[in-house]
Amino acid sequence: MNTFFDSIATALELVVSLDPTLWSIVRRSLAVSATACALSCMLGLLAGAWLAVTQFRGRRFVMTLLNTSLALPSVVVGLVVYLLLSRSGPLGGLGWLFTFKAMVLAQMILVTPLVTALTRQVIEDADSQHGEQLASLGAGRFLRSLLLAWDERYALLTVGMAAFGRAVSEVGAVMIVGGNIEGFTRVMTTAIALETSKGDLPLALGLGIVLLGVVLLLNALIGAVRAWRERRDGAANAATRGLVAA
Amino acid sequence: MKADLPLACLSGGTLAQGSAVQPAATTSPQERIQPLLELRGVAVRFGAVTALQDVDLHIGPGECVALVGANGCGKTTLLRVLHGLLRPSLGEVQVPPPRAQAMLFQRPYMMRTTVARNIALGLWLRGTPWAEARARAGAALERVQMAQLAERNARGLSGGQQQRLALARAWALAPAVLLLDEPTASLDPHAKHEVESLMAELSGAPAAGATPPMTMVFASHNLGQVKRLARRVIYLEQGRVCADLPTDAFFDRATLRAVSPEADLFLKGELL
Repeated sequence: MNTFFDSIATALELVVSLDPTLWSIVRRSLAVSATACALSCMLGLLAGAWLAVTQFRGRRFVMTLLNTSLALPSVVVGLVVYLLLSRSGPLGGLGWLFTFKAMVLAQMILVTPLVTALTRQVIEDADSQHGEQLASLGAGRFLRSLLLAWDERYALLTVGMAAFGRAVSEVGAVMIVGGNIEGFTRVMTTAIALETSKGDLPLALGLGIVLLGVVLLLNALIGAVRAWRERRDGAANAATRGLVAA
Repeated sequence: MKADLPLACLSGGTLAQGSAVQPAATTSPQERIQPLLELRGVAVRFGAVTALQDVDLHIGPGECVALVGANGCGKTTLLRVLHGLLRPSLGEVQVPPPRAQAMLFQRPYMMRTTVARNIALGLWLRGTPWAEARARAGAALERVQMAQLAERNARGLSGGQQQRLALARAWALAPAVLLLDEPTASLDPHAKHEVESLMAELSGAPAAGATPPMTMVFASHNLGQVKRLARRVIYLEQGRVCADLPTDAFFDRATLRAVSPEADLFLKGELL
């Protein structure tokens, strides 16, 4: 029990004292996941928007494939990316294995289906309710889906958040394709796994605290944006009622 | 809107450009000269369900026509066919192209932005440059006496205000034909009155920048509203047109009974 509380106390000390080792891992981890998430969102939002409003032969098969890839095990993704990027693999010439780029690629493969599937769901629901009205105004199919995506931006913000959460917390893929090299490819999750196996619990716990803190901060930010929006809408409504009553 | 209006012709699921028509000043169902909206033998089927069958319809420029009937009788389907949102399974449809029309829905969809931008968006989607669209949005808001709400969030407006905004958005598009699907069905009495007054003002009057009067076709369950606004009433039952009469004749029970006993029964039920 003492070990547990001692470890927590040391971990908090590492976090508060801005320990350079800990914070360099945190920065790298956030950079990898944010890059992967941004690229996935660009691809996934467009693909999801397109899928939401397009009917084509084999759509059901694509949807099944997409939904299946939501449950992709990260170690399998890591293995496939490793084989692709290894010296004898088809993308071996890129020289990306055990680099930042390899980790971004692996996380993108993990996260893009999630963004695509959730975006498709959000836009398809909005389209079934309002698509005909936008079509009536003259919006073509794809423009309609983009307008609906813009209108549902707060729901999609949550999708982006979920994607970041998945990316930043996965360990298998980045461990395989990044190699957990200190100072180069060591990120929060791989460091936690390593330090735990080494018995350095304070550093592992410190990284865990930061990881949770990042997710908590993101949630709080999204909540704050929503609350600000609702307050603004509420104020507008009240002003409108006042104006009309006057 | 120019006087010569190209028509889109839908026939058994195919689309082609039709000839032009010269709008007449007024038409009655009996005259039926140069209709602006014309349906011949139209049927719409959704699998085994027949939503419309054998519909022949001629509506002239400037007419204000009400579609009445029980729920599920085909009013909305007919409006969607007229607007080109739905292709008929059978028959021919000759109507102005969708971009020369506007349609109002029971619950209008407003984007999560300002009132003025919602109107401008409609214009922009039909090819008006954004700056010009913004300027014309202001004029449309003045037309419906909502200029003071231009910068408010459209989603924050009441149901009645949103429907008036939807009318302004439609009016700004300068449509030759305005289709309305139960525009006051979900509104409280005060909002109903506001929207209805606006419909009365717009009915038969030219839309923004248009010369010929606007043709209005609306579906409604409110017979008082039908009496006040429409000059002609079309009664639908199970997807068929059972009565197509001038409003006075429709509300004259003896005439209606002679033309369509089904419509008379409906009217009797609604008036009870």
